[in-house]
Amino acid sequence: MTAKPRENSNQNYLNYVKTQDPPTKHLNNCVSAFLVGGFICSIGQFIRYLLEYAGLSGDELAGATSIILIFLGCLLTGLGVYDRIGRYAGAGSIVPITGFANSVTSPAIEFKTEGWIYGMAAKMFTVAGAIIVFGVFSGVIVGLVYMFV
Amino acid sequence: MKKGNTIFFENKPAILSYAAVCGTKESEGVIGSFADVVLKDDMFGESTFEKAECKMLSTAISLAVKKSGLDEGDIDVLFSGDLLNQIISASFAARNYDFPFLGVYSACSTMSESILLGSTLVDGGYVNTAVCATGSHFASAERQYRYPLELGCTRPPQAQWTVTGAGGLVLGRSQKGVKVTCGTMGRVRDFGVTDVNNMGAAMAPAAADTIIRHFRDTQTEPADFDLILTGDLGALGSRILKDLTWEKGFDISANHVDCGEIIYKVVESEFQGGSGAGCSATVLNSYILEKMNAGLYKRVLFAATGALLSTVSSGQGESIPCISHAVRLEI
Repeated sequence: MTAKPRENSNQNYLNYVKTQDPPTKHLNNCVSAFLVGGFICSIGQFIRYLLEYAGLSGDELAGATSIILIFLGCLLTGLGVYDRIGRYAGAGSIVPITGFANSVTSPAIEFKTEGWIYGMAAKMFTVAGAIIVFGVFSGVIVGLVYMFV
Repeated sequence: MKKGNTIFFENKPAILSYAAVCGTKESEGVIGSFADVVLKDDMFGESTFEKAECKMLSTAISLAVKKSGLDEGDIDVLFSGDLLNQIISASFAARNYDFPFLGVYSACSTMSESILLGSTLVDGGYVNTAVCATGSHFASAERQYRYPLELGCTRPPQAQWTVTGAGGLVLGRSQKGVKVTCGTMGRVRDFGVTDVNNMGAAMAPAAADTIIRHFRDTQTEPADFDLILTGDLGALGSRILKDLTWEKGFDISANHVDCGEIIYKVVESEFQGGSGAGCSATVLNSYILEKMNAGLYKRVLFAATGALLSTVSSGQGESIPCISHAVRLEI
């Protein structure tokens, strides 16, 4: 595909479209993200307290809390609820670990029709792949910083 | 006869019958009581959304043929297309029939392109009857163009909602009914919009171009039409279209209606309205043609618009080329 000739793009028109665009409600989005994200984290903390009460501690405690949250994320995705929460909450439901669970489960459900191996399994990470790559990458950077500083 | 980019149909092909199938969400809106079949569930009794889309399309085709009173053996050709890669819904629907199939792809303007092509063949006497049909499905379009359905992400305020529905009509020769009198072939216009969520802004220049050329070629003005019907510009795109045509001296604000803008009743997360090939197909083949046959509208300019992008081109940062074909319907 060749690059588009510059004269094809009408800068006047693009400027005009900008004036017509409905504005994104950043403040509203931030508030709902804060509330829902905070709520999800509170649930996490609540689960943590319960597990602590049940006698878990340290790494076991952190692991078990994450597992329960991931399970809840997957379950709500499967029930078709998580996308509705996400539409309202935006980053509030994407950033917590439940959002990661959602990003793995939703393509798995979607591509199941193309077969278990080439569909569900292969395409399970179409969304989460990027998160994993950049998550590992930023982990490496932070690790290097710790090593030298 | 041709003038400019407009073809005049001297024998005036008639729309013998039409049929529309629509989803549950769409049936709550203006077309609800006019559609022939309303889906009870989005799967339409099939195992995948793609199969459901194909079934909707073949239901619309079969119904349109049945309503025309013709046998399937009387149909000379089928023009159809859809939004999925390799137009699978149309091709797969066509395997149910014994008449020839000419696949067309013009994104959301497939309906007007197929009417234009079908009318040309009927008018020229090459065929006696032609079926034109198209459709789209929200879930299959989301999967192909955007994200998995259950992914919890927000939709930007410019976004539109792909219509679940299909529509088809039968063209032939008849003294009665709505006639296709002329049609303007679209040019691909690209003003450099790269935002795939802002289809209205990308497609409005193409619609304005075709509509204005139609006025000039046929020496008409907006007031000569009862309705200037665009496909799926949505609320934002319609505003831009009115501005663009007004700038060239044609004020269409009094009689312009956009199928995408009117199709949904509840504005939940549809934002700018409906989109997709099924949007103009369902509205035209239910509400509009019904009202035309009832004599409410006598002259309608139907200019569906299509965004000719793919996920590859938008991923590579290309802007969105768009097209609009117009046909004039008269009774």
